[in-house]
Amino acid sequence: MTIKNDHCNITGKVWKFGDNVDTDVIIPGKYLRTTEMIIFAAHVMEGIDPQFSKRVQNGDVIVAGENFGCGSSREQAPLALKYAGVACVVAGSFARIFFRNAINVGLPIIEARIDCEEGDTIEIDMGNGIIVRGNVKYQAIKLPAFLQELLADGGLVGHRKKVGVV
Amino acid sequence: MPTISEKILSHAAGKQVAADDFVIANIDYAMAHDGTGVLAVKAFREMDIKKVWDSERIIIPFDHYTPAHTDNGAKLHQGIRQWVREQGITNFFDIGEGICHQVLPENGFALPGKLIIGADSHSCTYGAFGAFATGVGATDMAEIFASGKIWLRVPQTIRITVEGKLSKGVSAKDLTLNIIKNIGTDGANYKAIEYYGETIQGLSMAQRMTLCNMSIEMGAKTGIVPADEITFTFLKGKAKEKYESVYADDNAKYIEDLYFDVANLEPQIAKPHEVDNVFNISEVVGTPLDQVFIGSCTNGRYEDLEVVAKILHGKEVKARTIVLPASRSILIKATESGIISTLLKAGAVIAPPGCGPCLGAHQGVICEGETCLSTSNRNFKGRMGTGGLIYLSSPQTAAASALRGEIADPREVI
Repeated sequence: MTIKNDHCNITGKVWKFGDNVDTDVIIPGKYLRTTEMIIFAAHVMEGIDPQFSKRVQNGDVIVAGENFGCGSSREQAPLALKYAGVACVVAGSFARIFFRNAINVGLPIIEARIDCEEGDTIEIDMGNGIIVRGNVKYQAIKLPAFLQELLADGGLVGHRKKVGVV
Repeated sequence: MPTISEKILSHAAGKQVAADDFVIANIDYAMAHDGTGVLAVKAFREMDIKKVWDSERIIIPFDHYTPAHTDNGAKLHQGIRQWVREQGITNFFDIGEGICHQVLPENGFALPGKLIIGADSHSCTYGAFGAFATGVGATDMAEIFASGKIWLRVPQTIRITVEGKLSKGVSAKDLTLNIIKNIGTDGANYKAIEYYGETIQGLSMAQRMTLCNMSIEMGAKTGIVPADEITFTFLKGKAKEKYESVYADDNAKYIEDLYFDVANLEPQIAKPHEVDNVFNISEVVGTPLDQVFIGSCTNGRYEDLEVVAKILHGKEVKARTIVLPASRSILIKATESGIISTLLKAGAVIAPPGCGPCLGAHQGVICEGETCLSTSNRNFKGRMGTGGLIYLSSPQTAAASALRGEIADPREVI
């Protein structure tokens, strides 16, 4: 199995969030009546920080606490993050539906509890589950190989186009 | 020895599996509504699949944005209707039929022992019937439309036993909020819950649905009440097909065993902005309200409307009150029994069956600085409108509070 570099090794500037970041704050329900990704991206994280969508840069990463993505099953939540340019979400834990949705839409996520400040740069090695900030190395929970493969294919749609339906 | 989840998933996978195993499971019923259906159909088309796995096992209810309230919303509805026709989906429920989590049980799809996957986080509601039911997102649902299969990790199970008689004015919703307070919003993440005890056995199907519906608010993959006579009576004449009830073995392995005694439980309120931010009503009585919302997949059922009507009968609400019956059949029954008339005379607004203002899209959005007491399941920041505050309660508490225009103890008016 080969993993494309861009899904495997990520270096980005950190945006920090706390515990229980729910999908309503990631993308409020009133913005869901569209299939235009640019609209989701324009309102990403609006419930916590209305300026976030304007300030986040392509390739930035989110570092959050526990239970990231709890609440609704709306797939627009990981889509909003992905199309806003977020390269990876690192969290202590993920709510299970968000976890599946993120992988399915090709948004890299990884479970780890790391010490860092907003604006720090971290390096994420998805393949080995290692995160580096400065001189400090953190062992994250490595995604199972089949989920890494989904990410490498850009998500479940890309994967199915490649291998067919189970 | 297996839990209910291990047994249902073993059957669905065609081999003996245990907690933490990964399985590819065959699904009995799959559901997507107009909210998640849009992206599910889009992903299905992008996968370039011609035909769904089984047009009779896919259920499409419209409930989230019904009737359509924007040009684009109407167009998205049109797109799903078109796909439903193309694929010959037999179980399509258009606007006004009701909330998915009421439509499936009413139409006999929620059955003991079945594996039911819904593209909605509250799909765990069907656990009230002894099913393994859980939520996924749109792209997972597209793959299910195509294959009828899903990968799952078999969950470990928490056993919750509830004893004690609920006092007058205290309901299954209060019991549910109290459990969530104790377990926390991620205390059951990735796990299944099995509910036991005399209190649970005494709950009606509507009350069991309230309980199982909110299992996701603790992060749970599913919440299951083992099927019994109350379940079988509800399903008589409704069940879509034969079913076999599944029960845990006596020595099933649980990761946690929790006991609740609810004999002295007070009405419970979840304060903003997290569902486990739960208090006894005595601590929040007097909180001024702008709006009361009675409905949702948690508490929009006939018996919920019935207790509300009893409290509002012959009186007038002081906070604007919006009521959404959970389905057309509930609305018909409540119309025929006079409940709707009672609610209208008390000053309530009746909106069409659906999710309504719960997710903040329409039919009762609140604005910055406003407070809503809701019988729904989520009080997340901004969910019902930017800057609004959401408190969660039982229908009894919501009705008593509507009369006062502030949070009130239902035991004082019952």
